[in-house]
Amino acid sequence: MIQNVSRRAFLGAMGAAGLILVVGCERRASAAGEPKYGADSMPHGWVDNPLAFVAIGADGTVTITCHRSEMGQGVRTSLPMVLADELEADWRRVRVRQATGDEERFGNQDTDGSRSMRHFFAPMRRCGAAARNMLEQAAAASWGVPLGEVEAVNHEVIHRPTKRRIGYGELAAAASRLPVPARDALRLKNPSQFRYIGKGEIGLVDGPDIVTGRAQYGIDPVLEGMMFAVVARPPVYGGKVASYDAAAALKVPGVVQVVEIPGTPPPSEFQPLGGIAVIARNTWAAIQGRQALKITWQDGPNAAYDSTAYRATLEQAARAPGEVVRNQGDVAAAMSSAARRVEAEYYIPHMAQAPMEPPAATARIVDGRCEVWTATQAPQATRDRVSKRLGLPFDRVTVNVTLLGGGFGRKSKPDYVVEAALLSRAMNGAPVKVTWTREDDVQHGYYHTVSVERLEAGLDAAGKPVAWLHRSVAPSIASIFGPDSQHEAPFERGMGLANVPFLIPNLRVENPAAQAHTRIGWYRSVSNIPHAFAIQSFVAELAAAAGRDPKDYLLELLGPARRIDPRTISDSWNYTESPVLYPLDTGRLRRVIETAAQQAGWGRKLPAGQGLGIAAHYSFVTYVAAVVEVVVNGKGEIAIPRIDVALDCGPQVNPDRVRSQIEGACVMGAGNALVSEITFKAGRVEQSNFHDYQVARINVAPRDIRVHLIASSFDAPLGGVGEPGVPPIAPALCNAIFAATGKRIRRLPIRDQLAASSGSGA
Amino acid sequence: MSMQLEVNGKVLTFDAQPDMPLLWVLRDLLRMTGTKFGCGMALCGACTVHVDGQPVRACITQVSSVAGKKITTIEAMASDSVGKRVQAAWLELGVPQCGYCQPGQIMSAAALLKHNPQPKDADIDQAMSGNICRCGTYPRIRAAIKRAAGG
Repeated sequence: MIQNVSRRAFLGAMGAAGLILVVGCERRASAAGEPKYGADSMPHGWVDNPLAFVAIGADGTVTITCHRSEMGQGVRTSLPMVLADELEADWRRVRVRQATGDEERFGNQDTDGSRSMRHFFAPMRRCGAAARNMLEQAAAASWGVPLGEVEAVNHEVIHRPTKRRIGYGELAAAASRLPVPARDALRLKNPSQFRYIGKGEIGLVDGPDIVTGRAQYGIDPVLEGMMFAVVARPPVYGGKVASYDAAAALKVPGVVQVVEIPGTPPPSEFQPLGGIAVIARNTWAAIQGRQALKITWQDGPNAAYDSTAYRATLEQAARAPGEVVRNQGDVAAAMSSAARRVEAEYYIPHMAQAPMEPPAATARIVDGRCEVWTATQAPQATRDRVSKRLGLPFDRVTVNVTLLGGGFGRKSKPDYVVEAALLSRAMNGAPVKVTWTREDDVQHGYYHTVSVERLEAGLDAAGKPVAWLHRSVAPSIASIFGPDSQHEAPFERGMGLANVPFLIPNLRVENPAAQAHTRIGWYRSVSNIPHAFAIQSFVAELAAAAGRDPKDYLLELLGPARRIDPRTISDSWNYTESPVLYPLDTGRLRRVIETAAQQAGWGRKLPAGQGLGIAAHYSFVTYVAAVVEVVVNGKGEIAIPRIDVALDCGPQVNPDRVRSQIEGACVMGAGNALVSEITFKAGRVEQSNFHDYQVARINVAPRDIRVHLIASSFDAPLGGVGEPGVPPIAPALCNAIFAATGKRIRRLPIRDQLAASSGSGA
Repeated sequence: MSMQLEVNGKVLTFDAQPDMPLLWVLRDLLRMTGTKFGCGMALCGACTVHVDGQPVRACITQVSSVAGKKITTIEAMASDSVGKRVQAAWLELGVPQCGYCQPGQIMSAAALLKHNPQPKDADIDQAMSGNICRCGTYPRIRAAIKRAAGG
């Protein structure tokens, strides 16, 4: 609870005088049984207490705490900027400090689901407004004038009638003795008064450190007496060490110790896979030592996992009825009376997040307290798993959150941090840094699911669908947390599978069973990737079958603008948001489609081998459409000269960072479509590094990415930004390839499927 | 064994195996962590440094092979006239997202501009396709290289 925040701890942590200290304000309790949505529904919800987030030094320096993890989305700039704006702080005098994992104090810190700004825009505004009010009160009291005569402007409080001014630094001590104003009494700025919000004019707070090499990531801590470790992990999920011989490893110069880490049988959740760790005086010696280990593995039940065979298994499952996710009308009857039937199967493989900084963590245990330094999207879960695994009370574990060298969902799972903690304990508490090599990252990840999406449609004589059947078959992320239900969880079904917003009278969605044989995990945009790829490809296939323009056909399927309660289309999840505040608005989806098409010059004539493709998708309560322009040369090589993306994410707090996220999503989406694939043979990942697990490089990335932001009022609810750009890119690209070549790609990645000798993509 | 290297104009002495890659010498022994580990196989460019002005991947460069040569890392780019321009362009155009690959990108871009002050798109593809950015900052990297070139 907020009241438990210790004054001393706060002062001590900041090491500065004249801080704003306020009495905590209790969050309104929701009535028992009333469903909670948005930030309220997340563990530890939200906190809007300025005590937790802002401190002002006597020199006027404003220190704002960012409690969400920075992984490239710009959150360490954008969230503090929101607070600073309401505080009327001069950004040049603002410093940003990263919170440790402490959700009791800061509210939810899980940096995933494209939620940071959506859930903390309002609390950060209130933090800033409360602190501003206290500074104004302190100034009014010092002058003996009514509060109504003073106003905070750009780091000073001004007495309007006399033009007297006092700086924030001088006021901080007095302000700190005042009670925090009641939440309901706070005067928030009118958006027209925003100084920074919505402007996109503030550079990244970490920019100067990044370009000079000073930025600190999870792989970078240097502690006195630190050891360096790498771990040999079971090559098959659920496997374990049968026996090992460390003699040769221990002879490698620099190797200090070899330690066995016990694994956790599936479902292994966020626990280490186990294996043999080599601890050395530097990372290189540890890597050399690991190579010298002789280990016999016991592979366990997943030893037969084979991607080729598994694809056939998924296809077979998709060709038979499965668990009904959504059903309206009578699909069977409508299919049998349809003038024409179209069917297609799409395959989307496993992928690895492969953040450029592989997983890494440093841990130290001193006097029964464990401190870790790591790049994590889940500071609270990290602290929890470390404390439980070490058997230490929660409050004796500190998680220092560094910058993340990319996350994309991989760093939501703190198995690597638990490894570091266990190895530090094995070394009597000495600091140990665990580094995952790229091979470790590629071969022991939490992979994007693999799926077969089967679609069938019945068209009437005019080519309009009267029946729609979608069967999605994919192992579920839920399989890492408990017994494998073999079915997609509600949050996966809510990612564009159940909640397809088409006006089709007979519509059925099924989810046949699929068993997981590896760790399945979140990967930027998650299940929206396969669902959007299949649905948006299939719509273009239907348009082609009907001889219609794909953009017009897509708009027709969406029907007129309307606001759909997601519960009425079998989506009870809705990205955790209120179905009333966040209906699925087909008008907004129509608008992004029309905007992207218009901006891209949809319909323009292109030479042979070139084409435009369009796709749209609603995800993370944001609406995105993309038009991809493609060039396919005589050898079947693909270039993407241009993408136009239209995005409606509600209000845009930091438009430049919104644009950069969408640019990045286009590149990642193109990489997913073109080259990225993880495959298994004999239970083992066949790829090992960036030569065989490929990702987009500058020479194949989309060249000109034009992001078109739909304007929105700051009164409107915020949508997500980090993830929703990805899903439409692959289908828009494949639709463009169809327009350019007449070839339909149904299996990702595209790789050399367009090469002259290659068969059809199916 | 005891070794010496000239890094950013300073001669540094340390103990290392001669086959140890320069990357780990810099990061673990000399505690200069601006040069990043990304793949260990010269596939991603995160570890790019300059050796006698040429861009090399420190992760596959044995330390014994660069004895007596001038090594320049990201930590010294602010005092290099081209490096400084590249860094400024990176900030002006808001290139970094997570930033982890950017020291390597900047080292590759600076090396490109030193040899080719007005690179064309094809030159940029050639010089930069060894540097992976998983966040997908490529369009801004391209634009920032052109800005640093004064184009």
